[in-house]
Amino acid sequence: MRKILAIVLTVFISSVCLAQAQTAEEKGLEIAREADRRGEGFGDYEASMKMVLSSRRGDRSERDLRVRTLEGKDGEGDKGLTIFDTPADVRGTALLSWSHADRDDDQWLYLPALKRVKTIASRSQSGAFMGSEFAFEDMRAQEVDKYTYKYLRDEPCGELTCFVFERYPQDKYSGYTRQVVWMDQAEYRVHKIDYYDRKQSLLKTLSVSEHSQYLERFWQPGRMEMVNHQTGKTTELLWSDYQFNTGLSESDFTQNSLMRAR
Amino acid sequence: MRWRLLAIGLGLLTDNVPALAWEWRGEVGLEGRYFTAGPGAEGYWHNSSAYLQGQLLHEWNDRRDLFTFTPFFRVDENDPERTHGDIRELIWIHVADQWESRIGIGKVFWGVTEGRHLVDIINQTDAVEQQDMESKLGQPMINLSMVRSWGTLDFYVLPGFRQRTYAGVDGRPSLPLPVEADAARYASSAEENRIDGAVRWQHMFGSLQLALSHFSGTGREPLLFIRFPELQYEPYYPVIEQSGIELQYLLGGWLFKAEAIRRSGNRFEGAMRAADVGFEFTQPGLWGTGMDMGWIVEYLWEDRDDPFASALSSDVLLGNRLTFNDIASTELLWGLIWDPDTGERIYTLESSRRFGSQWRATLEGQFYSRVGRSPLSLVADEDLIQLEVIRYF
Repeated sequence: MRKILAIVLTVFISSVCLAQAQTAEEKGLEIAREADRRGEGFGDYEASMKMVLSSRRGDRSERDLRVRTLEGKDGEGDKGLTIFDTPADVRGTALLSWSHADRDDDQWLYLPALKRVKTIASRSQSGAFMGSEFAFEDMRAQEVDKYTYKYLRDEPCGELTCFVFERYPQDKYSGYTRQVVWMDQAEYRVHKIDYYDRKQSLLKTLSVSEHSQYLERFWQPGRMEMVNHQTGKTTELLWSDYQFNTGLSESDFTQNSLMRAR
Repeated sequence: MRWRLLAIGLGLLTDNVPALAWEWRGEVGLEGRYFTAGPGAEGYWHNSSAYLQGQLLHEWNDRRDLFTFTPFFRVDENDPERTHGDIRELIWIHVADQWESRIGIGKVFWGVTEGRHLVDIINQTDAVEQQDMESKLGQPMINLSMVRSWGTLDFYVLPGFRQRTYAGVDGRPSLPLPVEADAARYASSAEENRIDGAVRWQHMFGSLQLALSHFSGTGREPLLFIRFPELQYEPYYPVIEQSGIELQYLLGGWLFKAEAIRRSGNRFEGAMRAADVGFEFTQPGLWGTGMDMGWIVEYLWEDRDDPFASALSSDVLLGNRLTFNDIASTELLWGLIWDPDTGERIYTLESSRRFGSQWRATLEGQFYSRVGRSPLSLVADEDLIQLEVIRYF
């Protein structure tokens, strides 16, 4: 409540002040906060995801995953559980993550053959998720405070107009120096992100499409495509079966719950 | 005991008739071993073996109840003792808001280190399976797990003891004399029917994970006495008290780990202490590639004086884990366990990759060097290379 009040005040104050008085950094942050605010209150959801990996030579490989997410309360970050269904040799493997706004995320991987829960070192978060072009850090909840921002310009994107802004990861172990985000002004949905690596060269581009609205409020992407410009490899995420308010609770996001993820 | 638990499990299942997902999974593995140091006393260079493991799963009551049945069977070319079956799991898990119960036959892993799993004690080792001793026999249990703000507290009642499996005289590697399981002796007058107990508390303090545990019951690690004139080993299972501590601290790419135990109660040995302390450091995106390199360094220590009681009284483990992050999920792990006092070395290599979406192949090796007067002398000439192909269905 206090957070919402603060945001309302921020929006109020920023609209009272003359537009010229707002710096590009403030405007970038304001956009990120507004996008975050619009995503608030979803409670929980479950979804299925198909991951399609393609190499430069055209080799293809598919993975099927299920994702469960619980919205964080009282300033806590979201919690997520990802369960692997295919390929068969990783079936039953599950990843639990607790995101935190103010410190490194906690992540645990469950290996079903050994019944062992292993902690993932936070530096590994720039590492590839399941051999895909998505890093662990691309898959986690994008908390506002994990970045600083800078608004660049408005630009048409399809039939809509997008804000174009940069965000700079605060995590020193991030694989990126900056990300350029295209977000539409109508619904604050991400359409595209350019990722720049530690050497400041363009590493990857994410294209997000087929957004659908759930509970007459929340927009979720149906298709995400990540292209790695340096390796030519591509990963597509195809989302389906979104279900909101399925009754997930904290007990579904513990190390115990990893051991019974199926 | 086993059948009664099955009956309970099935009774619970039939209560909720709506045909919710019953799911069968399975895997078949074909394994070939080649002994590089020669045919040995057993007189063969290579050995083949195959295993079949099924898994029946059922979830109901909005995932609050879960049933798992995992039978396992292996056949071995040369060793009738390695030809064996086991119920790895036959367990019903029930989840409530602040606690969870797990009743049946199951497997539990405790611990954080890589070199030795000291604290891990709930399940008996299925020692005929693999050299790494990570295969476990299913353990009958009633486990109550409480998840609270002050941590996770697990209580275990463990009815029914499982004897350690041993390779037969024709197996490689094996002991020089047969282990006669039927002649096993126990410190407990209830023998294998003693009901053991264990408790473990685990909590996160920021980046520090702490676990304390205690086990009271028949020890999983037997002493082997030579019986004359039969010339066979007879296992003796003491009743022990074992307290354990596990620590893990996460700092950037560093994962500091420690495990230690104190074990007492064995009337043939004094109390023993053992520890495994070290770290794992991960470098993501090694040399600008998508590969991750992990560095594993651990120090293994224990205070048992008898060099024959343990080969790992003061040893160093060095290892690297290379994760290729490719479509085939290729992995490479090599390790060296080195005893600075005696110069003994054990080299291990494990690599694996996926083929298609249903196959996986692993290539492993284990080599011994400069083995002196220690338990390792039994396996000094058992250097091996192993290829396993697994098909999942």
